[in-house]
Amino acid sequence: MISALYPSWIVARREVRDQFRDWRIIFPIVGLTLVFPFIMNWTARQMLDFTADYGATIIADRMVPFLLMIVGFFPISVSLVIALESFVGEKERSSIEPLLNTPMQDWQLYLGKLVSSTIPLLFSSYLGMTVYLVGLVMNKVVLPEFEILAQVFVLTTVQALMMVAGAVVVSTQATSVRAANLLSSFIVIPSAFLIQWESLTMFWGDKSTLWWVVATVVVVTILLVRVGVAHFQREELLGNEIDVLKVRWMWRVFTRAFRGNARSVGEWYRRILGATLKRLTLPIAMTLLVLVLGTMIGSSMVDRFPLLISEEQIENLDENLTQLLSVNMVFSAGAIPLIFWQNFRVLLLALIVGIFSFGVLGVLPVMATMAVGGYLVTLLSLNGIPALNVLMILLPHGVIEIPAAVLATAAVLQMGAVLATPTPGKTFGEVWLEALADWAKVMVGIVIPMLVVAALIEVLVTPRIALMVFG
Amino acid sequence: MIEAEGLTKYFDDFLAVDHIDLKVPQGQVLALLGKNGAGKTTTVRMLTSILRPSAGWARVAGFDVVNDAANVRGAVGVLTEHHGLYARMNSVEYLEFFGNLYRMKSVDARKRGDELLEMFGLAEARKKRLGEYSKGMRQKLALVRALLHDPAVLLLDEPTSAMDPESARLVRDAILTLRSSGRTILLCTHNLAEGEELADQVAIIQNGRIILHNTLENVKKTLLGPAEYEARLAGVLNGWQPNLPAGVTLQERGENWLRFRVDDPQTANPILLRSLIEQHLEVVTFQEIEHSLEMVFLGAVRQGEEAQE
Repeated sequence: MISALYPSWIVARREVRDQFRDWRIIFPIVGLTLVFPFIMNWTARQMLDFTADYGATIIADRMVPFLLMIVGFFPISVSLVIALESFVGEKERSSIEPLLNTPMQDWQLYLGKLVSSTIPLLFSSYLGMTVYLVGLVMNKVVLPEFEILAQVFVLTTVQALMMVAGAVVVSTQATSVRAANLLSSFIVIPSAFLIQWESLTMFWGDKSTLWWVVATVVVVTILLVRVGVAHFQREELLGNEIDVLKVRWMWRVFTRAFRGNARSVGEWYRRILGATLKRLTLPIAMTLLVLVLGTMIGSSMVDRFPLLISEEQIENLDENLTQLLSVNMVFSAGAIPLIFWQNFRVLLLALIVGIFSFGVLGVLPVMATMAVGGYLVTLLSLNGIPALNVLMILLPHGVIEIPAAVLATAAVLQMGAVLATPTPGKTFGEVWLEALADWAKVMVGIVIPMLVVAALIEVLVTPRIALMVFG
Repeated sequence: MIEAEGLTKYFDDFLAVDHIDLKVPQGQVLALLGKNGAGKTTTVRMLTSILRPSAGWARVAGFDVVNDAANVRGAVGVLTEHHGLYARMNSVEYLEFFGNLYRMKSVDARKRGDELLEMFGLAEARKKRLGEYSKGMRQKLALVRALLHDPAVLLLDEPTSAMDPESARLVRDAILTLRSSGRTILLCTHNLAEGEELADQVAIIQNGRIILHNTLENVKKTLLGPAEYEARLAGVLNGWQPNLPAGVTLQERGENWLRFRVDDPQTANPILLRSLIEQHLEVVTFQEIEHSLEMVFLGAVRQGEEAQE
């Protein structure tokens, strides 16, 4: 194993040497490592003094770890630029081909470049954070507690890896640094959202949620690295047509994968969709697991967010329900498309967030829905309303809606899994389009018809059951 | 040696290389000729296991290009069309880096690198940054990189295109030396004179297909017909009627010259010369007209285009 890593070490060593010979890289590193932390120290001191005047030191206290995160993030953001330059720059200057002609394996080259793009900047980031912390001590500022410090260091490390791994994926789809820089918005924008989310969690002081953020970023990073390894192939690296968006080719690949070679709708359902569903077995199992987990989390949230319903409210439940049903458009056909669109929109959202996170965040909508369901059922039963009664108004349409959501989510998960799997002879774009066609097959063939039926039941049947149970 | 059969490459729906067969025995040079975009680079990339063939197979230095890719790449030295050097390194560092990737120890890579730098006249520039190298020097260094691990097979794409005549001579001599030491060489070139000087075999590729592959002599014979000879005469050919031996045809005639096509020069030329003298023609010179590789190439490409039409 060690000898297999030797070529990666050779590549990494050369790249790091090359980086340290370029003043355009050294200058920001030195600045961000040794100057920027002092500016942040000064900022922290100023904020602490200012908020102390108004007795609001908690705000500045929460800012101290946030500034630490920023001090750490700035140097690692340079790693994105270095990674793009390292991967696409070599392609652009045609220096990649001599490398590809050596006996080195694709993954060894990938690993060497990944390490060289990450490690120097990461060390610079650690150094910057250490300088910042030492500055805090010297300024007699109370350091954040160890758990928060550990979280910031871990997040910085994982984010650096995530951005570089993302840059590799972007690089496989670009033949010029310019194109790669344009595509890098696919990394920069989600990273910016992530930082905002992390900041928010940090200000909130919710350390357990921050660990969940860490876990999510770790999973996404692992997947990104996996996708990078899967698609960092010699053949794909030398492709020179990928800067052109070939719409006709894309459409052809998509429709070929969607239709298969079926000659009739019946055959398509039997053979093509059947094969797709077979491939979804494991993602379906995983989605079911998430479903159970979501319900359990929702149910446990009752302890954190208890809500007591008064006896009077329970007694008036039938009246309120009748009033509610008469006010809204229930029992009317007009509500059917609205309910359908609401459900479809959620599954579309799952696809969109799934695309950016290789399926990982695609499970969130279904997980959140089940958490709300779990919370409601537990809450109502705690307030004396039998769980069976609640389930009777959730399940008539739920027995169709939930499997539909499971299938759609599983297809999103599968999409991420397929992208992270090596597919020799196929380009990243081809694999992505085929995975999208799989999702479309499941949606068109099963999920959409199920959502229509579920919306019909939800409008025409569920309210009657609700009235029957509570009326 | 290099062997390929039915080697094919599709990029999406585009057929870049169409069922090509190649065989280059050990110690021979094959010149692969073709216009830009004919499929030469794709062929070379398949032979170096960078591109996976869509169909067919190839073996290079005894290794299968699909199943033994790492061994193929270890046994092959490649001079690519674009040299792709690292501007901030010097040649010693550069060669050590590639030597290490070719599983050579640093000390061996440095020693071999120094020898090759000396051989190609780059020794004095060994500590200079590669960004400061001239185009010709870069090409020579790229060739040194290809030779560094002493490969059994060399795939050279335009090895002298950016060089001055002196450097080009040096490189051609090096190629001839490598050939005589048993290396198998595939030479992609637009320099037909170079191909003619160095190659034992010629293959012409057009629109991804090999339209001609044979020894240079046979190619010339096939494409341009039997050898041509020209006789320059002392006097003027007034009213002379040709009376030629079998296997000799008169191609052209001028005021004081005649051009013949001869099927079997060994037998027919002495008879032809005797016949001319017997016919009281005073022959000043009698020599073969050279069929250049350029004529062969243009003829083959024209034939290929006609066949396609």
